[in-house]
Amino acid sequence: MGTVNISRKYTATQKTYLWAIFIGMKITFKRLLQGFFLRKNNTIQYPEERRDYSQRFRGMHFISVDKNKTENCTACYLCQTVCPAECIHIIADERDEDNNPDGVKKEKRPLSFDIDALRCCFCGFCEEACPKDAIKLSRNYELAVTTRDDAIYDLDFLKRDVKGRG
Amino acid sequence: MEMFDLIAVMAKILFVIAISLGVIPFLVWFERRGSAWMQGRVGPNRIGPFGLLQTTADVIKFVCKEDFVPKNANKFFYHMAPTVALVAPLCAMAVIPFGSYLVLGDHTVNLQIANMNTGVIFILAFAGLEVYPIILAGWASNNKYSVLGALRGSAQIVSYEIAMGLALLSMLVVYGSFNPHEMVAWQNETIFGFLPRWGAFVNPIGALVFWIAIFAETNRLPFDLPEGESEIVAGYHLEYGGMKFAAFFMAEYVAMIMASGLISTIYFGGYGFLPGMQTILNLATEYFSLGVAGVQNVKALLEFTSFFSKVSFFMFVFVWVRWTLPRFRFDQLMDLGWKILFPLSLINLILVTLGVYFLN
Repeated sequence: MGTVNISRKYTATQKTYLWAIFIGMKITFKRLLQGFFLRKNNTIQYPEERRDYSQRFRGMHFISVDKNKTENCTACYLCQTVCPAECIHIIADERDEDNNPDGVKKEKRPLSFDIDALRCCFCGFCEEACPKDAIKLSRNYELAVTTRDDAIYDLDFLKRDVKGRG
Repeated sequence: MEMFDLIAVMAKILFVIAISLGVIPFLVWFERRGSAWMQGRVGPNRIGPFGLLQTTADVIKFVCKEDFVPKNANKFFYHMAPTVALVAPLCAMAVIPFGSYLVLGDHTVNLQIANMNTGVIFILAFAGLEVYPIILAGWASNNKYSVLGALRGSAQIVSYEIAMGLALLSMLVVYGSFNPHEMVAWQNETIFGFLPRWGAFVNPIGALVFWIAIFAETNRLPFDLPEGESEIVAGYHLEYGGMKFAAFFMAEYVAMIMASGLISTIYFGGYGFLPGMQTILNLATEYFSLGVAGVQNVKALLEFTSFFSKVSFFMFVFVWVRWTLPRFRFDQLMDLGWKILFPLSLINLILVTLGVYFLN
């Protein structure tokens, strides 16, 4: 195979470049005038304006809660098993029987539920695997933190009363 | 030398340095805002009105930064490079006239720092020095990308200086003088009664070659091979930070101002009046009923305005071209320099010489 040389026939105007340069300069000058006088731009002034992402956007995780503010998670380990990045770490525990209005539906609870957001690849498999619709990905894309420890989300951080996708 | 002359020369030096360094913040602002307008962006608009104080913030940042020297750098040349980069184009500015002369009392002040008969040679000498900081910086930094930038810079200068020199030579044949004042005086006439007798109209091919060559001379796009952000990171000034980088940055703009001044002096009438300025002068003379000295001073002011607007136009073209054209590849640059511009300028020189010989 090797290199394929394609030769084109150029006209004299094309060979001098100058006419093409002139056309290019005309376009940029037009854009300059549009930008200067009409303030035409496609910039989103980020902290003030935000882009509206789709409902299916996969951002920061959260764990949904029921009407008693109890997390829906039953520590079934499905999300931890399916996670390709191995970023979910659950420790299961038994729920206190006296304080459990849901009875047999929520016998297990997560003692701790940590998501290492630095490892997470936001694939959304945990959300798909979850039988209780407990873990979900919200539309919040502002995940910046000041220390690496802040990027490991614990249960208290993840438990949120959110409608829909947030 | 009389006391008056000394003070006048000092004042002129201060004026030229203040103007050429003082407009740099605005130029950087325009480079960034202008490119944003061309590309459908907004550009820096947070600091000060219209983002005008952005460059001030940048300077504060540069000053506060660590004065870093790479471990294996050659310290002497490493520090020398940004100095030479800034000083060489500022020196070349000394012989570019920005007006004819002022009359103060019984003294006349020539509006040019050094009026020498070898003016253009002096400019060329210092413009040619502009490649040394690139080579020095690239070599002294002890970094392979810097060396690549330096090599590209030297190869580029070799292929462009000749075309530039020949284009300039064709104009020197026409003017028959090295003195910028005489060149401007020659261009102050008109041809066919309406067109100003500018070098660009007398010798259009020379003007075009020279114009292209100054882009290469100042290392601006499309010929910014020594910097080449996308290929060799930042080229020769890769290892420089803080104020030393800022010196290179300013040097680029001073070189642009110098090159714009040079091309306006040699090809576009220098400080000669733009069309319509004579009318303004006549009106001002009548309105204020000026004497001979007053007329000359107003004339010098208008001449400075004319020169300043020409330089501004060329600076605008520098920015405009930068955000329009992509960078040339190394072999394309060599092709353009040696196979097109060099023969073109040589043929042009022969034609101009024959023309001058037979017309005079």
